[in-house]
Formats: sequence, C-alpha cells, structure tokens
Amino acid sequence: MTSGSVHINTDIKEKVSSFLVGDRKRRKIGDKLFHGLVIGTAAYTLLIIVIVVVSVGLGSAKIFSYEGFIGFVTGTNWNAVEGRESYGALPYIIGTLMSSGIALLIGVPMSIGIAFFLSEMAPSRLSSPLSFVIELLAAVPSIIYGLWALFVFRFLIKDWIETPLYNTLGPYIPFFNQAPFGLDVFTAGIVLAIMIIPIVSSISRDVMRAVPNTQREAAYSLGATRWETARIAVFPYGKSGLLGASILGFGRAVGETMLVTLIIGNAIGPAAIPTTLFSQSQTLSSLIANEFNEASSDLQLSALIGLGAVLLLLTMIINVVARLMVSKMVKVSPGDRE
Amino acid sequence: MNNDNEHKEGQEKISKEKSLNTSINYRQVFDDISSKYTSRRRITNKVVSIVAIVFVIGAIIPLGSILLEVIKNGIAVISIQFLTQPPGSIGSGSGGIGPAIQGTLITVGLASLIGAPIGILSGIYLSEYAPAGSAKGGRERAISFFANTIRLFNDVLTGLPSIVIGIVGYVTIVLAINSFSVWAGAFALSIIMIPIISRVTEETLKLVPNSLREAGYSLGISKSKITLFIVLKNAKDGVLTGVILAISRIAGETAPLIMTILGTSLFFTSLTGPVDALPLRIWRLASQPYESAHAFGWGAALVLILMILILSASLRIIARGRGIKVRTETI
Repeated sequence: MTSGSVHINTDIKEKVSSFLVGDRKRRKIGDKLFHGLVIGTAAYTLLIIVIVVVSVGLGSAKIFSYEGFIGFVTGTNWNAVEGRESYGALPYIIGTLMSSGIALLIGVPMSIGIAFFLSEMAPSRLSSPLSFVIELLAAVPSIIYGLWALFVFRFLIKDWIETPLYNTLGPYIPFFNQAPFGLDVFTAGIVLAIMIIPIVSSISRDVMRAVPNTQREAAYSLGATRWETARIAVFPYGKSGLLGASILGFGRAVGETMLVTLIIGNAIGPAAIPTTLFSQSQTLSSLIANEFNEASSDLQLSALIGLGAVLLLLTMIINVVARLMVSKMVKVSPGDRE
Repeated sequence: MNNDNEHKEGQEKISKEKSLNTSINYRQVFDDISSKYTSRRRITNKVVSIVAIVFVIGAIIPLGSILLEVIKNGIAVISIQFLTQPPGSIGSGSGGIGPAIQGTLITVGLASLIGAPIGILSGIYLSEYAPAGSAKGGRERAISFFANTIRLFNDVLTGLPSIVIGIVGYVTIVLAINSFSVWAGAFALSIIMIPIISRVTEETLKLVPNSLREAGYSLGISKSKITLFIVLKNAKDGVLTGVILAISRIAGETAPLIMTILGTSLFFTSLTGPVDALPLRIWRLASQPYESAHAFGWGAALVLILMILILSASLRIIARGRGIKVRTETI
C-alpha cells in the first residue's frame, strides 16, 4: 500500500462521514423530507381504497339508477337488446356462492388434513419438501389451472365422478338429475377447491405449529392418541386461526375469475341459476370477464361494473364476518395468537 | 405401549382380587369395555392418519398433472419462431406469442417501478416511524391509529378480487385517456403489489436488531440515513423477497388486464396504447375453437409457468438461505 492510497482512503472516509452526519440544519430538513415521503406513500393506501370505492361507485351509478339497487340484486334477466334492456345479478350471486361453497366443502377438510399431516405426523425431513411443493402449487397462476381444467380435468371428472353420481343418484334425487357435461358448477367448485388448498393448508399448518407443545404433552400424558391430541389440544387452541384460513380461502374462491370463466359453462339470465349440481352457471366475476370487451352500450358496461360492486360488497362482508368471528373466538379463548 | 400393558396388568390384578368378594365382576366388565374403546380409538387414529396421507397425495396429484400436461403439450410448439413472432391469423396455426412475452415484461416491469418504491417506503413508515405498541400521548395515539388503519386497509386491498381492481384501472385511466393502455394495466397491477411489498418490508425491518439503529444514533447520523443505509441495507434480502413475491403474483394475473391493456396481436407501440400479455393470450387461445390455438395456449402456458416458477423458487431459496420467514397470507 502506498501513502497515496491511504490518503485517498481517509478522504473517502471523511466524505462518507460528512455525508452521513452532515451539518445540523440540512440534516433536519432531510429528515423532515424523508418523513413526509414515507407518510405520503403510506397514505397512498388510503387513497387507493378511496379510488376503488369511488370508481366502482361512479361506474355503476347508471345501472343502479336504472334498475335500483334492490332491483339489480334480485333481478334475474340479462338482456342487452336496445329498448328491452333489463339487468339482474341474482343468478350470478347464486352461482358465485354455490361454486365457492363447493370449493369450501371440499377444500377445507382436505387442507386441514394436509396441515395435520405436515405439522403433527410428518418428520421434518419429509414435511419441509412437501410444504415447498404445496407452496409451489400456490404460485401457479389461475389461468393455467383453468387451461388444465378445460382440456384435461373436465373429462376425468365427467367420466369418473359426475356420470357415476348421475347414474346412481340422479333418478332419485333431483339435485343430481342432469346429464353431466363436464363444464358446470360442480367442476368449477372442485377446481376452485384445488386452487385454495395450498393457501388454506399452509396457513393452517402455521397456525397448528404455533400451538405450544405443552398442550400436546398434556393430551399425550392423558393417554390420547395422535388424532385425539389434535382434536382436544391442537384444534381448539388454533380454531380462530383455522377459521380465518378457511374464510380467506372462501374469499379467494369468490373473487376468482379466469378459471371459473373457462369451466363454469357461462350460462346467462335465469338459466344461470344452478338447479342441479351439474348445471351450467355463471359467477359475478366470470360474467364481467366474458362481456366486458363486448359490451354494446354504456348501460351494459355499467351493469357489468355493477356486478363488480356487488362482488366488492360480498368480499367485504366475508372479510368483516371473518374478522368478527375470529375476534369473538379470541375473546373466548385468551392466548390465541391470531 | 409398555406403560399401557403394565397398567392393564395392574388393573387385572386388582379386579381379580375384587372378584373374590363380589358376585358380578364389575371390574372385568369395565376392562372389557375400555379395551374395546381403546382398540376403537387406535383404529380411529389409524384411519385419520391414512385419510391425511391420502389428502396430501390428493393435493400433489393435480400439481403433478398440471406440470406434466403443460410441459408435454407446451414443448411440442416451442421454437424460436413461436417465441418471437406475432400471432398469425386466427385458426391458421402460424406465428407465435412474441408480443405477449414482450407485453408481460413491459407491463409487469412498469407496475414494479410504480409499486416497489411505494410498497417499500410505506413498509418503512409502518416499521420505523409508527411502531405498533403502547401509545401514551395524544400525538402518539393518533400516529398509531393512522398506522393501524393503513395496516387494515392493506389487508382489505390484499383481499380485493383482482377483477374489481381491473374495473378501477378502467374507470380511472382507460376512460380518462379514452384508450386501453399499458399505464392502466401497470396501475392496476401496482395496486395488487403494494400491500404485499409493504407487509413483507414492515416485517423484515422489524427483525433488524435495535442495537444497529442505536449505533447509528450514537454516531450522530440522522434518522432518514439510518433507515436507508443501515436498517434497509441489513434487511435488503427480505425486502427483495417481498418484491419477487409480488412480481410472481402479478405476472400470472389475467382478470385486471382484460379491462386495462385489452390485448392485441401487435408488438408494443406506446405506453398509451393497448399491448398483449401472456395470461391474456392464453385465455384468448383457449377460447378459440381450433386445435392449433389450444396447442399454442399450452406453449404460452409453459413460458408463463417457467417465468413464475423460476421467480418463486429463487425467492424461496433466498428466503430459506437467509432465514427469512415469508408470511403465507400474502401469497
């Protein structure tokens, strides 16, 4: 090392320290500016929420003044012919709730079973690669689930599940009495279940792992089996978290668009009300996606945005209910984490 | 197991002794019943364990099937021409997905340029300027109320259906400039990114030990510079994880793009005009009634899934290597 380079080093050091410490006045101004900047960016979130509410409200104002809010939500027609225009969201609300309900009925028990396996049964050598695989499933975009469901899964489900169900139960129970086609509310529900399993099971696993081991030890010491331990010590302790995970999954299913658009059959008007498990249907989001670019009038566009407003309300209600239920349960059992 | 047996033997002894004095052997009856229940309990336990394993396999099979089908059908159509050419006329089976790849890169890139700085700065605010905790004075209480409101609204934003965010992009930008545009798409996607990045940033910055901040203060360094050059620098892997997570999430989004960038079969021309994107192209191809279009759809799906899986695998490797915990709720 020559003396020159040492000189340069001290020079740099001085520059760095004078940059970091600086003189007092400039330091204060810089601090204030930065503080203002971070407050501003944080407040941007509030601005976005306002923008969301205002723009959905403005966009749907026309249809709500034409049909009335109650009329729009309870109407069943969807007619864009000029002079006979009539728009109602009820069939799509039912379609949304039914497909997401099927997803919830199938997805949540499976997710909790998977979480039980990952947190209570599997050795860590097995559970961490498995978790990795299941989290990868969460990274697959929904359009690819849709593509797979449309070209591969729908034939499997039609031949192996729907047709046998139709043949055995169809003649006796009206709910199963429709010749299955593969593109229906049942297929949509099952693929939605596959889609929400990764997220619901990984949160449930985290919740179950957060249960202190003393809980398990207490149950084991009473002679409980592994399943009994989970039932009496782990599930009650983490129930609010498990419930939260399920409702989050439900919210995901309600808002999902592309996958449903490809496989639900895209029925319109009163025909979209699913009367059997194998009916073609339509959800709020899938109708928006299908018709948005082909809307022939401002009123139809406004009706589609109105569906968005209903969807926004629905997801907000689900979120609020989830929060209320979770906080209620936390009060019942203090010590819960979530 | 051994303890169980010993216990049972002991009980049997007692019951034998008692049976000498009583006409009905209650102890024996009780033991019979309890052993019956024990075996039933064991069977229940076995059944539940098997069901759990079946569920795990049941969740992995679709993933395997999706990956297999995408790779099998996708590789068949991938070529240089497929990756670089614009789509040919509908049903002709010629051309490629060049504009879609370019459009995805441009839209996602622009969305990241908007969303990443805002998300990171808002995470910095929540972690460094408004720490959650006990608030004493009126001013502190106001700050903590403001911060909690932002955390709540971040959660609300994460839960919004993406199609609603698309409507927002349409009403605010497409209607305003009277054209489907890259700006509208990037704005919509940035709304999805911001809460994710903000949350991950807040949580990783909280993990930076306080002693580092105190060392900075003791040298007389200002708070903004401590935050940027000490705290943020220490947490950069975690922040990067959040950004990659958000990018891999928005790269596959389709619904908001329908009403913002529209999709076109031409290459990018300007930020105020429509552009194509991979998820949109997959949707359009899958909806066409031609075998050749479906084959192209699989090809586009392979390109998209490779982009996302590489991103998300690298994310998890970074996160695992540095001991960063990615909260699953934000995925």
